[in-house]
Amino acid sequence: MEQSNNLQEQIEMVMHLADNSLIMGHRLSEWTGHGPALEQDIALTNIALDLIGQARLFYQHAAHLLQMQDDKNCLTEDDLAYLRDAPEFKNFLLVELPNNDWGNTILKTFFFSCWQYFYYKSLLNSADEQLVAIAEKSLKEIAYHVRWSSEWVIRLGDGTPESHDKMQHAVWRLWPYTGELTADKPELLECWRQKVIEVFTEATFSTEEKAYMHKGGKQGIHTEHLGYLLAEMQFLQRAYPGCTW
Amino acid sequence: MNIQLRKFFYGDIPEGKEGGATVVQKHEPTIPLWEVFIRSKQGLDHKHAGSLHATDAKMAIENARDVYTRRMEGVSIWVVESKYIHASCPDDAEMLFDPANDKVYRHPTFYDLPDEVKYM
Amino acid sequence: MNEDVLLTTFDEKVAAEIKIEPKDWMPADYRKTLIRQISQHAHSEIVGMLPEANWITRAPSLRRKATLLAKVQDEAGHGLYLYCAAETLNITREEMVSQLLSGTAKYSSIFNYPTLSWADMGAIGWLVDGAAIMNQVPLCRASFAPYARAMVRICKEESFHQRQGYEILLALCNGSKEQKAMAQDALNRWWWPSLMMFGPNDDASPHTAQSMKWKIKRFTNDELRQKFVDVCVPQAALLGINIPDPDLKWNEAKGHYDFGEINWDEFWNVVKGNGPCNRERLAARVKAHEEGAWVREAALAYAHKKENNLTGSKLKRAYEPA
Repeated sequence: MEQSNNLQEQIEMVMHLADNSLIMGHRLSEWTGHGPALEQDIALTNIALDLIGQARLFYQHAAHLLQMQDDKNCLTEDDLAYLRDAPEFKNFLLVELPNNDWGNTILKTFFFSCWQYFYYKSLLNSADEQLVAIAEKSLKEIAYHVRWSSEWVIRLGDGTPESHDKMQHAVWRLWPYTGELTADKPELLECWRQKVIEVFTEATFSTEEKAYMHKGGKQGIHTEHLGYLLAEMQFLQRAYPGCTW
Repeated sequence: MNIQLRKFFYGDIPEGKEGGATVVQKHEPTIPLWEVFIRSKQGLDHKHAGSLHATDAKMAIENARDVYTRRMEGVSIWVVESKYIHASCPDDAEMLFDPANDKVYRHPTFYDLPDEVKYM
Repeated sequence: MNEDVLLTTFDEKVAAEIKIEPKDWMPADYRKTLIRQISQHAHSEIVGMLPEANWITRAPSLRRKATLLAKVQDEAGHGLYLYCAAETLNITREEMVSQLLSGTAKYSSIFNYPTLSWADMGAIGWLVDGAAIMNQVPLCRASFAPYARAMVRICKEESFHQRQGYEILLALCNGSKEQKAMAQDALNRWWWPSLMMFGPNDDASPHTAQSMKWKIKRFTNDELRQKFVDVCVPQAALLGINIPDPDLKWNEAKGHYDFGEINWDEFWNVVKGNGPCNRERLAARVKAHEEGAWVREAALAYAHKKENNLTGSKLKRAYEPA
């Protein structure tokens, strides 16, 4: 009994990681073709590609675990990504929020990448070898995402008065969604905060310490935005059920 | 059909005002151009790969990584702002390079050795 | 040296297939022609991202999503290589972009057609990239070296694009009735615009001769178009969908396919701005540019603040001791 509980927990964790990467990658992919400069269009698309790659690995692993749980579960990565409805998605609220302007997207990427970095480091001690392998591979990508987004947060924060204002506004908008990141793993909070404050100091803006922290993503209680995102993403699979693409 | 064509093939479409939305152009500040050099494999020289725009060196290196090494083309990147590259002038080519033409003795094949001499 | 001597030297070099580098002397018209051609080619890559980006968020599987993203990203890269090649001719990217946004510069008309279904991703990869490759491979030998070098890189990267598109159509054609109909519909809409990508007939293209002499262009519009049709017919047959041209048939004597007359009225209308998406495409570029202005300004302002200040940074100059 305990073992099956463990397996269930493990599946939920892997699905949570998969959903985070997919929804974040999906949001970033909305920028492709619309970035502020050609070079940055390419850079952000690279991150989107990394995240979708991670999501695929996690979904494939989750499908495998689901089959271990019940032989009749023959699901693919696409079944998991395209045929579940919003309440079944367990991603953080942060990643499903709309992109808003480029600065807001950068900040979101920074918050998320920092969380990923410390969380995936902790995964390296997992007993699940496949999970360790995915974390190892992903960490190389994430280390770059952290660096790239940190530098942009600093450039925009310490750029012009206009960019500073926009970024401070983005902090105000996004900070309330950062509490959820470490709610279940308080030991990560300190590392995450330290990194964020280090970058914010250089970027010359402040955190929103007193903000109320929203949560619910991991329980499947989402913002209004996820439904629209899924409607768009899943449209073909829903309109033409059972097809191979 | 009597159409006055300028030139026309892929990527070269006649100019003209038709069809374009008219936008008010703000003065656009110039983002510096950088040259990118990539070492494709440990042990090889850095080779010119192309150029890109970036506002600072960190950004230039990261842009170079994202633009020029998407297919595992590199293990190391150099960037230099294009304005710092000094080049020889094509008009000097004769003076600079032709004198090397008759220095064949700098090449190993200039020397006749019997076949018995190996490894030289 | 006087201009005549320079011109003779230039012509001799080009005739002998010696590449022209940016600092070499070149006729003013050659420079102008190249700037126009390379920048329009670059604009085509950038505007060409839009119709496909339209389906990134709706790609029907994770694999398709990743490959489409990678493909559209490559197009950004190709636009970038081309802008840089044009910049060696003494024009800035900002100037070229402003020509695009103000409507004075053109881009390939094919991107003014809408992408209405997922099958369009297949048709674009197969037909539009196919036609582009046909145009681009000879450009790898263009006389202007930076252009040729950019094209070599582009052609190398682009080899997966067409396969990506054809594979999408294969999946649809082997799929349900609705999927196959989707593929047929895409072919119906994209076939003729793809043929138009090669430009007007040769007898309506008086400047082709000069471009051929300058070795900026290696084949005429009609030669390339014919080659394209010949290649596509068996590929369509393999998919089991029909090319929408009742006049299409094999001509034994010529050893080529005969095909119907292109609707040049439609062609000129799209060039003139009356295509289904001309305004939207340009508006999307203008929006991205304008909304990105504060980002570019901020990055520049930050760089000026930090100028020449590498202390405290992890960044090393290439020959600085570790």
